[in-house]
Amino acid sequence: MSVIDELKSAIKAKLSELDLVIGWGPGFDPLHATPLFMRCEKDVDKLLWGPLNVHNPATYLPGLKGKKVGVVVKGCDSRSVIELLQEKLVKREELVIFGAPCAGVIDMGKVRRALGDLDKVNAVSIEGDNVVVTAGGKQHTLPLAEVAADKCGRCRYHNALISDVFVGEHLPPSVEQDDYADVEAFESQSLEERNAYWKREMQRCIRCYACRNACPLCVCRDHCIAQSRDPHWIGQGDNVGDKWMFQMIHAQHLAGRCTECGECQRACPVGIPLLALKRKLNKEIKELFDYEAGVDPNACPPLQSFKVEEEHINERGW
Amino acid sequence: MAQAKFLKEADLAAWLGELAKGRKVLVPQKDGDAVVFKPWHEGVKPVLDRQATESPKKAVFPASEKLFRFSYIKDPENPGKVRVELEEPEKPEPALVFGGRPCDARGFLIFDRVYDSPKTRDSYYVARREATAFVTLACPEASNTCFCHAVGSGPADTAGSDALMTPVEGGYVLEAISPKGEELLKSPLLSDAGDKLAQAERVKAQAVESLPPAPDFAGSPEALMARFDDMGFWENASAKCISCGACTYLCPTCYCFSITDEESGMKGVRMRSWDNCMSYQFTLEASGHNPRPTKAHRLKNRVGHKFSYYPLIHKGAIACCGCGRCIKSCPVSVDIREIVTMAIEAAPTAEESAQPQGAKQ
Ligand code: SF4
Ligand code: SF4
Ligand code: SF4
Ligand code: SF4
Repeated sequence: MSVIDELKSAIKAKLSELDLVIGWGPGFDPLHATPLFMRCEKDVDKLLWGPLNVHNPATYLPGLKGKKVGVVVKGCDSRSVIELLQEKLVKREELVIFGAPCAGVIDMGKVRRALGDLDKVNAVSIEGDNVVVTAGGKQHTLPLAEVAADKCGRCRYHNALISDVFVGEHLPPSVEQDDYADVEAFESQSLEERNAYWKREMQRCIRCYACRNACPLCVCRDHCIAQSRDPHWIGQGDNVGDKWMFQMIHAQHLAGRCTECGECQRACPVGIPLLALKRKLNKEIKELFDYEAGVDPNACPPLQSFKVEEEHINERGW
Repeated sequence: MAQAKFLKEADLAAWLGELAKGRKVLVPQKDGDAVVFKPWHEGVKPVLDRQATESPKKAVFPASEKLFRFSYIKDPENPGKVRVELEEPEKPEPALVFGGRPCDARGFLIFDRVYDSPKTRDSYYVARREATAFVTLACPEASNTCFCHAVGSGPADTAGSDALMTPVEGGYVLEAISPKGEELLKSPLLSDAGDKLAQAERVKAQAVESLPPAPDFAGSPEALMARFDDMGFWENASAKCISCGACTYLCPTCYCFSITDEESGMKGVRMRSWDNCMSYQFTLEASGHNPRPTKAHRLKNRVGHKFSYYPLIHKGAIACCGCGRCIKSCPVSVDIREIVTMAIEAAPTAEESAQPQGAKQ
């Protein structure tokens, strides 16, 4: 049985015990999948699994507290679930987790760059290591490795790290270690260059907060500092200063909690490379605390705990 | 109709140069992976072969606008006494939106009924509206997310534009729609369109053909009203929505705002900024009560406003121009067409329609 058929029958077998199961279904065109909320067998028949399943369904979990929810996860999504469990934002007994090996998802930005735009896609098929996209009558054969999300190239967790039902064969990690080479390359630029880069990027931010609302761990949402009037932390102007301030706070609040699922960046309608900010902070967390978010359900994120003496910070030696 | 003109592709930059004398010309241009409207200057190549990521609404309705500046002045004789001084903002500069699509220009007709009506005249809006002209590009081809033809418009709709340009071989055919447009087309760079006009007509006809069959939204005002109290329907329709504001901020027809005082020390500005009904704070009352506490209530408002409440008070005009940006750029692909269709298909049962409205729940 194929992975998708196994998944479907595993979900159907559990459906009667659950209020709903979250996965992915077909969207408005063949390139866009969309989160699917399954409540009956007919819904389950629409389930998709594969490189178009770009969304992280863990994002919905904190909002569904009190319900019995099934969730289908890729490896990276499972890390968000773990982080939510660690932070007690969801309850393990309210969840049934369905996992399968994930070989990678595509980055719509890369496909857009290859096609010019994504407006006229008529057909998409996965043929071996390629994704074949027909748009405006023209066929484009794009190697999956080239249009995959960057996170997939450095993925060490293709298989859900936590699951109640796992179907399919485990995949080996893509790399042994995340060397944060992208962050280091950026860090090698001068402060002025880095500042200019972010000023340019943030200028087109429309302050829609899709980055925030798509993030599974950005859980203040309705009570976010970005829009609070009292206290009025951040101005409402259309200026880089206030937009940047929000991103800095978002990044700080996610330090050591961010599982690098990339939803913030994927959700941004104007393509601001937000994941780089989160990776920078995670690199610091890794160096300071030797800690990686969303791997161990029993661990506590370092910035949510307190130790008189940190093992990796030589406080007395200064 | 006024005479149609022809602009050679090679003369586009020169014409933009002429237009940019004495006014700000906003053209769609690449910014990272997005296409956004920014002022044209020498060397900028407008992106005309696809719909821009954002709408050009900020040209008339800025993302944030200074209503006035204020400063508090202490009385030197009596420091307990403070006077407030107000300063009006500068008048808006003349502007031109170049290369927007018919849906983009039409968006402002939806604003006009609200901000420039016999009852209410928003002086800030009206001043910018009057200072802004639109040279619109007829769409040669529709996108997957386009549905202008379902809301009474079309890929060569001239409503709201001052001039319409249609891409033809070697350049563009330009037609004036308004006296403002006729002025713009007086440039010596333009020649008589001659038989190119017939070519332009063919391009327009092809665009109409490229659209999929239009969903039928007749009856949406009543259908959505009938679902008003059916929160089960809205919870289902909004299940995947993440309640961000991307749809509303990219939309050419969303016009809600919020007002804040942005002050530092003794000085500040009163600012009007885009707000959006998908945000919790949008209807949060000072008491702490929120009449729209969940994303289901909020999405109901967005869809209801466009396809029901607005048409009910504006002679049937739907407050959506069918540009499809809310679908295309939604992080989770919420499809407003689908929701309206679902509401229409979920026609109330005989029992429901026998009840007075609002009696449920
Ligand atoms: S990071 Fe790994 S688990 Fe996540 S989408 Fe990419 S390959 Fe799949
Ligand atoms: S900050 Fe971005 S990458 Fe990190 S968990 Fe949130 S959405 Fe995912
Ligand atoms: S999603 Fe992008 S445009 Fe929206 S607030 Fe975040 S950075 Fe800005
Ligand atoms: S509601 Fe969507 S389709 Fe309609 S005008 Fe707004 S963005 Fe465009």
